[in-house]
Amino acid sequence: MAADTAAPPKRTLSPSGRRRVGGLLLLLPALVALTLFFVLPLLSIIVDSVTDPEPGLGNYASLFTDGYTLRVLGRTLLVALVVTVAGVLLAYPYAYMMTLAGPSVRAVMVTVVLVPFWTSMLARNFAWMVLMQDGGVVQGVFGLVGLGDVTLLGTTTAVTISMTQVLLPFMVLPMFSVMQQIDRRLTLAGQSLGASRFSSFRKVYFPLSLPGVAAGASLVFVLALGFYVTPALLGSPQSSMIAQVISVRTRDLLDFGGGGAMGVFMLVVTLAVLAASRRLTGPGGAAGAAHAIVGGNER
Amino acid sequence: MTARPWLKIVAVLVGLFLTVPTLVVIPMSFSSAKTFRFPPGGWSLEWYERLFTSPEWTTAIVNSLQVGVITAVLATVLGTAAAIGVTTLGERAKGLAVGFLLSPIIIPNILIALVIFTTFLRIGLTGSLFGIALAHTALALPFVVIAVTARLQGMDPALRKAGGSLGAPPFAVFRKITLPLAMPGVLSGAVLAFISSFDEVVISLFLQSPTAITLPVQMFNSVTVQIDPTISAASSLMVLVVSVPILLAQVVGARRGSRGK
Repeated sequence: MAADTAAPPKRTLSPSGRRRVGGLLLLLPALVALTLFFVLPLLSIIVDSVTDPEPGLGNYASLFTDGYTLRVLGRTLLVALVVTVAGVLLAYPYAYMMTLAGPSVRAVMVTVVLVPFWTSMLARNFAWMVLMQDGGVVQGVFGLVGLGDVTLLGTTTAVTISMTQVLLPFMVLPMFSVMQQIDRRLTLAGQSLGASRFSSFRKVYFPLSLPGVAAGASLVFVLALGFYVTPALLGSPQSSMIAQVISVRTRDLLDFGGGGAMGVFMLVVTLAVLAASRRLTGPGGAAGAAHAIVGGNER
Repeated sequence: MTARPWLKIVAVLVGLFLTVPTLVVIPMSFSSAKTFRFPPGGWSLEWYERLFTSPEWTTAIVNSLQVGVITAVLATVLGTAAAIGVTTLGERAKGLAVGFLLSPIIIPNILIALVIFTTFLRIGLTGSLFGIALAHTALALPFVVIAVTARLQGMDPALRKAGGSLGAPPFAVFRKITLPLAMPGVLSGAVLAFISSFDEVVISLFLQSPTAITLPVQMFNSVTVQIDPTISAASSLMVLVVSVPILLAQVVGARRGSRGK
């Protein structure tokens, strides 16, 4: 990039050339900052993961051979999967309803999604902690339906329920932004050609809405994979997830190699999931989701 | 097309699931008990008093405000410049640059915390508020880039060309045309950057020290290390601080929308 701009050694640049140089100069500080505070640290942790404490792939091998780590990985993937599936099931009808609602109802529905999205993560998790404690409201509800005094706080169930709620806005917004663009006349056309309401939905609308589902689901899955606060507050050491183990390894044990290997594993899964969803949503799937989230404010 | 009743019921239930559980923090904050019992047995303002008078909480609030402001300033300057710079790139380079600039939003925070912590430990930036602000800047950059880009996309490129053809040097075009038009996006980006920093827990937890504790870290510690119900007062305030502007924006937006029709 730099070579490109420095190449023509003419004293006077054309106006468009000047604009290009100006554009690059504007872009440069952000790129440098991200490189310094994100890319280089990431590279150094990748190096750590294969050199600390000794060169080799030992850290990665123990990721898949150590029973404890394996259980944590399995639990994390399972929780992320359940949270994603539950999220799709809850968010789909909600986002669909948003497209049907009139302007004022839709404004309310958008607010209901945006307020939790921007509300303190800690406040929301703390609320769940209060609700799920022994003798708390949720336990009471479970008692009413005959489940008895199940202990919730400190279990993977509690973590899964709270994470589903905390991550739901990330699911609804990308879905809504895709559904909004679907031409409703297509389903009507399906019906007028003799398809039932249900089958025209299933064969016409649902496939068109899939990119939104894929964008939301991949975003939630990736975020759930690395979730720290909810499992730390609502789980227990017996129900640890990968983020907690990374925290203990690096912060308490200063085992940068081991923690780093887990981080790199997480990164690889993240990138794989996002790449897969990109195939479904087309380029800009995740970016589109991000736009939906930030831009939702202005709708 | 009208919605089926069951769809309405499901949507209402999901809406309640999204909002109601969090509201529990409000009655909790007026509890007189020293535990997290709900519903509270008696009422008091003790936790609000503690939030605004006890040094550990007030320091945390001031720290968070400082970090939030530094983050908002840095991220807004870098992000606005980058968003404007991106518009001069060709299609391919643009895609790459935007993807790179937005990447912190899709990388799990724990991973960012992990890599920044190990690096900052080596260069001695852990335990400082400025270090936390730098890390938050990387995290907040995407919000600014998105907000400004969205604004620039709605802008007529002819305006800039007109400025240039009338003899304005590129910098004057930037200052007098591009920047004022992008301003609403810049401001909303700054607000988003501030909120994202003010609410960030994981990186702040990693980089904390006894002299560098932000409000979310203090809240986190108040349930994991000690049982301090002041967190319910802090949570209620945070819910309020975030909800009111969004509610207002939506009300204004809905009014404008219905008037336009």
